[in-house]
Amino acid sequence: MLRVRNVWWIVALAAFVLFPLIETNPTWTTIGIFALIFMGCATSWNMFSGYSGYVNLGSAVSYGVGAYTITLLADHLNVPGNGDLFWLVPVGGLAAMIIAIPVGLIALRVRRHTFVVITIAIFFVFQLSAINFSFTGGTAGLQLPLIPWLETNYNKPFYYAALAIAVFAVLLSVAVRRSRFGLQLLAIRDDEDRAAGLGVKVFAVKLVGFTMSAFVVGMGGALYAIFIGQIYPQFVFDPIFDISIALMCIFGGLGTLTGPLLGALVLESTQQYLAIRFSNGSLYLIIFGSLFLVIVLFMPQGIVVFLGDWRSRRKARLAEGARVVLGEAS
Amino acid sequence: MNGTAVLHSIIDGVLTGSVYALMATGLTLIFGVMNIINVAQGIFVILGAYLSYALSVHLGIDLFVGLAITIPTLFVVGIVVERLFLTRIKGPERVVMSILVTYAVSLVIEGILNMVFSTNYVELHAWYVNRSVKVFGIYLPYIYLLGFAMAVVLLTALYVMLYRTRFGTSVRASLADQTSAALVGINVRRVSTICFGLGVAVTAAGGMIYGATNAFNASSSYDLISRLLVIIVLGGMGSLGGALVAGIMMVTIEDLVAVVWGPVWSNLSFFLILVIVLSLRPQGLFGKQSVRVA
Repeated sequence: MLRVRNVWWIVALAAFVLFPLIETNPTWTTIGIFALIFMGCATSWNMFSGYSGYVNLGSAVSYGVGAYTITLLADHLNVPGNGDLFWLVPVGGLAAMIIAIPVGLIALRVRRHTFVVITIAIFFVFQLSAINFSFTGGTAGLQLPLIPWLETNYNKPFYYAALAIAVFAVLLSVAVRRSRFGLQLLAIRDDEDRAAGLGVKVFAVKLVGFTMSAFVVGMGGALYAIFIGQIYPQFVFDPIFDISIALMCIFGGLGTLTGPLLGALVLESTQQYLAIRFSNGSLYLIIFGSLFLVIVLFMPQGIVVFLGDWRSRRKARLAEGARVVLGEAS
Repeated sequence: MNGTAVLHSIIDGVLTGSVYALMATGLTLIFGVMNIINVAQGIFVILGAYLSYALSVHLGIDLFVGLAITIPTLFVVGIVVERLFLTRIKGPERVVMSILVTYAVSLVIEGILNMVFSTNYVELHAWYVNRSVKVFGIYLPYIYLLGFAMAVVLLTALYVMLYRTRFGTSVRASLADQTSAALVGINVRRVSTICFGLGVAVTAAGGMIYGATNAFNASSSYDLISRLLVIIVLGGMGSLGGALVAGIMMVTIEDLVAVVWGPVWSNLSFFLILVIVLSLRPQGLFGKQSVRVA
């Protein structure tokens, strides 16, 4: 039986499927691609950090590893610049998972506060390595094979690939949330010591969650790389990516399913729009930073809770007003 | 590679490491007292450097004399940021929220600095920046020696304040346990605000030395904050002595690696040491064993 909630999901999916057919302006479909990539990444990030409470501020490691893997593979395998490149996207995700294992082994040894700082530190190791080693092309970056598609149709395959990744991320996140494994992650968030005492293998659960969440982020990075056609260390290993993902999930509501989707859709679209509107990078930083502050300071529980609160407060006020009016009448 | 080069790099490392230790002490003090990770520390260092730059270029004020202006200025900036933004952080995810808030603050400051000073790299100049003195056959730039002396003076002042004054006792009490400190009548709110101010104020001094020894622009702050975070994690978060030891140790090792294996590896060695130390001692060198937090 179809429940109302499921209907909304279908309507939303249909809207996303139809969007590039109705809106053909590349500026807008590009914003759509970025929004979808971030919706997938944020959902996947939330699947570990939102559920377990271990906030990973180094998710750009997975993103960058995905991007570099696909670029290097395309070069070594001599993949021509056509649709074949898309088949390498999951390989980028797998590479990100493999890298996430040693990173997780180190970073997950400590408790939450230090974990946050260590993920930032490890992120910088990867950024520096990409800049310093020669096989990554250093600061000059690397080129991918040029895809000779017409400008009017160039965005469509990328858009649907990004949509597929986002849908996959949502399904995975739902599956985890409904599984025993998901409950164990939530137990770790609520009380790690008690969870361990009750027989949850906390370290293994954290490591598996951490590694799984790297997969989709790595695929996002790989898709980004072939869409843009060239990668630079400071764009794929970008500290703003680390922070944006966390911000999107917090904005939408940490640990919820719709939150990261909503947060990524709103924030990434805004961010892309601002970047186009204010080509002046400094002004963009100031506006983005201010927006960021407003969100964190005034809606720390997420927009869904914030609006809910606002509505219930408004209702309470209206009820109060009604009582006053009735009181006067009687 | 020869002995002199190694000795030289060790001495350089200790001299510049002390300046990093000073900046990291500010960061770890803020974390210890307030449970806040101030990722804006990097941009505050750059802000301090640019203030020194503006004073020396436009008003001709000497870099060290200028500290009399820049240190109080950053103290006030710190207090304003704390009062305006950090007091509003609520909820259980205090540490994460504090990272996001201070990161947003640092983005705004970065944008403003880019607008005012452009993104071109600048350097601080003074007669002692480019001259060296020869000690036991090793050339030491004056600025390193002066920076070391300044770091020692400021760190000593900080320690005297923390361990020999009544205010310092309140700070250490708040470091140990906020609730108990509040119960014996310490105004933890006020202590926190002043500590944040102090933690930010030291970046004015650190920034001046950084600007005199490196060409910088606003995005140099990312490099700085990554090092400072590694130093405080390594020393044990919230441990003042740990920040001092780790700061000097890390920069010295980095300089040594640069001499022995080449500068490409020096940045990586910084983080490799972190990884090794954490696998052996997850709480850092001088950190307290993590206790159960309800």
